[in-house]
Amino acid sequence: MLKKRWIGLLAENEIGTLAKISGLFSGKSYNLNSLAVGTTADETVSRMTISLTSDDQTFEQVKKQLNRSIEVIKVIDFTDIAVHMKELMFIKLLSCTAQDMDKLFHIQSVFGVTIIDYGPDAALLECIQTEEKNNALIALCETLFINRVEIVRGGSVAIEAIRMS
Amino acid sequence: MQITGSELFVKALQQEQVEVLFAYPGGQVIDLFHALYGVTHIKVILPRHEQGLIHAADGYARSTGKVGVCLVTSGPGATNLVTGIATANYDSVPLVCFTGQVPTDLIGNDAFQEVDIVGITRSICKWAVTVRRREDLAFVIKKAFYIARSGKPGVVVVDLPKDIQQAFGSDLYLEHIQVPSYRPNTGVHIGQIKKALEALHSAKKPLFLLGGGVNISRANQEMTHLAQKTGIPVVTTIMGKGAIPTSHPLYVGNLGIHGSFAANMAVSNCDVLCSIGVRFNDRITGKSSEFAKQATIIHIDIDPASISRNIAVDIPIVSDAKNAISVLLEKVKPLDTNNWRRQIADWKQLHPLNTGGEHSNVTPQGIIQSINTMFNNAVITTDVGQNQLWATQFLEITSHKKLFTSGGLGTMGYGLPSAIGAKLGCPEKDVITICGDGGIQMNIQELATAIVYELPIIICILNNGYLGNVRQWQEMFFERRYSSTCLQRRKSCPSICSLPHKGCPEYVPDFIKLAESYGAVGIRVQHIKEIQPAFITAKSTKKRPTVIEFIIRREENVLPIVTPGQPLTSMIIKECETKC
Repeated sequence: MLKKRWIGLLAENEIGTLAKISGLFSGKSYNLNSLAVGTTADETVSRMTISLTSDDQTFEQVKKQLNRSIEVIKVIDFTDIAVHMKELMFIKLLSCTAQDMDKLFHIQSVFGVTIIDYGPDAALLECIQTEEKNNALIALCETLFINRVEIVRGGSVAIEAIRMS
Repeated sequence: MQITGSELFVKALQQEQVEVLFAYPGGQVIDLFHALYGVTHIKVILPRHEQGLIHAADGYARSTGKVGVCLVTSGPGATNLVTGIATANYDSVPLVCFTGQVPTDLIGNDAFQEVDIVGITRSICKWAVTVRRREDLAFVIKKAFYIARSGKPGVVVVDLPKDIQQAFGSDLYLEHIQVPSYRPNTGVHIGQIKKALEALHSAKKPLFLLGGGVNISRANQEMTHLAQKTGIPVVTTIMGKGAIPTSHPLYVGNLGIHGSFAANMAVSNCDVLCSIGVRFNDRITGKSSEFAKQATIIHIDIDPASISRNIAVDIPIVSDAKNAISVLLEKVKPLDTNNWRRQIADWKQLHPLNTGGEHSNVTPQGIIQSINTMFNNAVITTDVGQNQLWATQFLEITSHKKLFTSGGLGTMGYGLPSAIGAKLGCPEKDVITICGDGGIQMNIQELATAIVYELPIIICILNNGYLGNVRQWQEMFFERRYSSTCLQRRKSCPSICSLPHKGCPEYVPDFIKLAESYGAVGIRVQHIKEIQPAFITAKSTKKRPTVIEFIIRREENVLPIVTPGQPLTSMIIKECETKC
């Protein structure tokens, strides 16, 4: 069954590692949704958060193929573990009227996002939310501010939850 | 002591016990060749084209079990390796390919003879890397050899910028290294082995399916004992041929698209299929949903990614073939397989392998049977196409004979250069390559290499004037429309022509004159009686190669063949099923 999956990946922080990982997805026709990458406390190691849509069999292959890459240190399947996951998104709203600005201040408090910049007729929202909540916010803004919305999404990053026993 | 990168390169090869280096010079590797000049412990072989070079290194690696090492220049030198890299990697052959690169400060400038060879080869090799700092050089070379030869062997590409070759640095080469991200599987999971044993012990119609992994891990002896102890019959893939001697009473044959009737029937009817070192490629499964439908499938492979990729397996075991086979051999009980073996024998008798054809004709089967009887200690390489399929059908492989073929990628032009590499690796063996008239022309320039290094290899060209395998498909499945497969076709031919006839234009080149112009022996065989004398001449020729051109029937087919998209039991077995 096709569904959305999440993987955490530790890999060597070397030139070409990102190309290797992303090339694996395109070369083998795996459906990559998002890939966010940055260094870890150990600067020789990068950590990626990867989202893909696949069936169970393909997902098994994806994990095996990633593990098989020389550059990959560890593959973490987030399917059955508790994680904290957030996505950074910016929404720029253009040609705003004073009335629009009022709406924005409502949105800010309801959605838990922050207006980090604004001008006479524009505003910029910083949204650090789950992907679903960001999707909902986009849908709302596109209804309220037709053709006046500019969006930048960073792809989600995730980390395993601290288990309390 | 401070030495240049080039000097460290030579030292590293020595430490890695590299005896033969396949190398072609150029602007960005001139420093490395300078350092190699006069070095006596490394034999530098200069082929005539980089593709021939890497196939030769491949043949050398397969024949010796050592890592094959290539050195070429940047740009076109590197890109000419690409087909050979994919060929070797697909068949799990350990190679380390050093490519020259423009100096680090010019990378990305579209400099003369600059290509991003690491980017080009990333998806077709096990590991590819550019050395960016002189202090990393020793570690990278050590890691390259370690990765190429360990786990599932493969190809490593090491890109060496010119300034790294020239820079001075430590002369230290490492004995051991740690690669945290690379831990090949070693042990065997005993719990899984127990499950496999349970399945085998309760089986009525068990079957071994053996692939290239058994040959790579050199488990042939243990595997033969395992088959003998259990009485379980054996089928092989093309890459697995010779996993147990083909003369062994338990050996059934190759399976797959051109497998034998008995082997395909055995796989389709077995109740437990113990597959070792295979990856269930589409050429062996036929219609995958119908493959070994009634069987519990055990799958032993060193590569977890090979397991349950194409065929869902019931008992996966991630392990080196030799380890797993040794454990199975120790724990397995003898089985009663008499009825099952009788059934397989009946299938064998019902449809034995043969090519048909008239008696006076030179048939592929006749040629290969001559090789079987005349050569006891030999390496046989093949090109790709019908020549390869006939060879893999009819060749007898024993412990003193080996078969090398481009099984995964199916690379035309592999035969001749791989034979050169095999002869350099095993000078004491007779080395024969079986090629078609199409494939031989893809790397025919390597005749010069065989001449200059005085290599008495035997080059068999099975000449039917066609790109025969595609022509056969056109005949059987594309209404005999021989589109671009006739190598005798000329400008003067009619625009539509599907039938070879006596008035067809003369074949070019004349392979005999061509062989002689290189200084090789050339023999043309047109009658069955001439086959054996030709091999006798070739066998007694020392210090130079012999080209034997066998004129075979133009529309000779490889049979049986499984109809495309159909299960393995849907075979066209005899010529008359298509032509009568």
